Amino acid sequence: MIVAEQKPLDEIKGLLGEAQTVLVVGCGTCVTVCFAGGDKEAGILASSLRMASRIDGTPKDVTHITVQRQCEVEYIDPLADSIRQADVVLSIGCGIGVQALAERYPDKVVLPGLNTSFLGLPSEQGVWEERCAACGSCILGVTGGICPIARCAKQLLNGPCGGSQGGVCEIGHETPCAWQLIYDRLNAQGRLHLIEELQPAKDWSTSRDGGPRRITREDLRLAAEAAE
Amino acid sequence: MNAPSGFVPEITALSCSYCGYMAADTAGSLRQEYPANVKLVRLPCTGKVDVQYVLDAFEGGADAVYVIACSLGNCHHVHGNERGKARVERAKEILKAIGLEPERLEMYFLSGGMGATFADIATQMTARAASLGPNPLKSPSPVDGG
Repeated sequence: MIVAEQKPLDEIKGLLGEAQTVLVVGCGTCVTVCFAGGDKEAGILASSLRMASRIDGTPKDVTHITVQRQCEVEYIDPLADSIRQADVVLSIGCGIGVQALAERYPDKVVLPGLNTSFLGLPSEQGVWEERCAACGSCILGVTGGICPIARCAKQLLNGPCGGSQGGVCEIGHETPCAWQLIYDRLNAQGRLHLIEELQPAKDWSTSRDGGPRRITREDLRLAAEAAE
Repeated sequence: MNAPSGFVPEITALSCSYCGYMAADTAGSLRQEYPANVKLVRLPCTGKVDVQYVLDAFEGGADAVYVIACSLGNCHHVHGNERGKARVERAKEILKAIGLEPERLEMYFLSGGMGATFADIATQMTARAASLGPNPLKSPSPVDGG
């Protein structure tokens, strides 16, 4: 899932500036399950902003609404009336949700209420850890299902490095060495020969180095039908 | 903040239906007096305490809110009071960011027989709210001076 966390309230207040009518828009997908931008968090943030603005002496009208998926126009189209009535929209979806709203409603100021952090999973309730860097060229098949791009501080393809001590990365005691994990997993699976194969330098053109990415599936596109 | 003369704080107490509510009953049985401005809201467990409940109480004008739970280790739902405690701590952080004194919110852990303590807490929180002064959200806007 996409993992995010709410910006500090002071930063959000600064972003809102003089806006009088604010619509907080939550998202029912990734940011709901990481407790950052679901309906509950939208309600709490709206309450907080209403109260803070009244205490500051500049009361704002802050309401909230949550859509199932903020990153697809089908789900945000029904918000048109609510958004029209707001001075600004405060999205607590991920960065994709913010941009989807901004693209769909270009005349409206759409502001981010969250910092989108990483792609990860909950390792326990209340703790999330990064697992995927969306590099566009997955090597999990040869690394025992453990990603060195997301989990090795140096993104090494042929690790570990000398900073791995006792299974822990030199950047901090809470960070396990990804290559120690890979070694242990492959060893347990009897597939250690994989670690002996030298991985060539990674082609980063599938990642951010290639610029903004796009995937097109002609078998799914409806544009041709619409043109008929 | 200087409280206006004659200020009687409005206090919301969120209580679990086990020890917390039983302590309230015990206070009654013992003929313990406690301030009438404390409004008790009965929850199935303090594990049901939600940050939104706390904010709603303050937004609605409560001068103080407190939560009454079973003693730690004695929750009838095992960990409900611990979860409630964590949410109260979170709510305090939010209150601080909003600009309300976190001291307006508190949590207490009682057993059902602690009727006198229940009454003492009501008195203590009333005194604390009185010293903090009225919740600035009581009026539509503090600039109105209401």
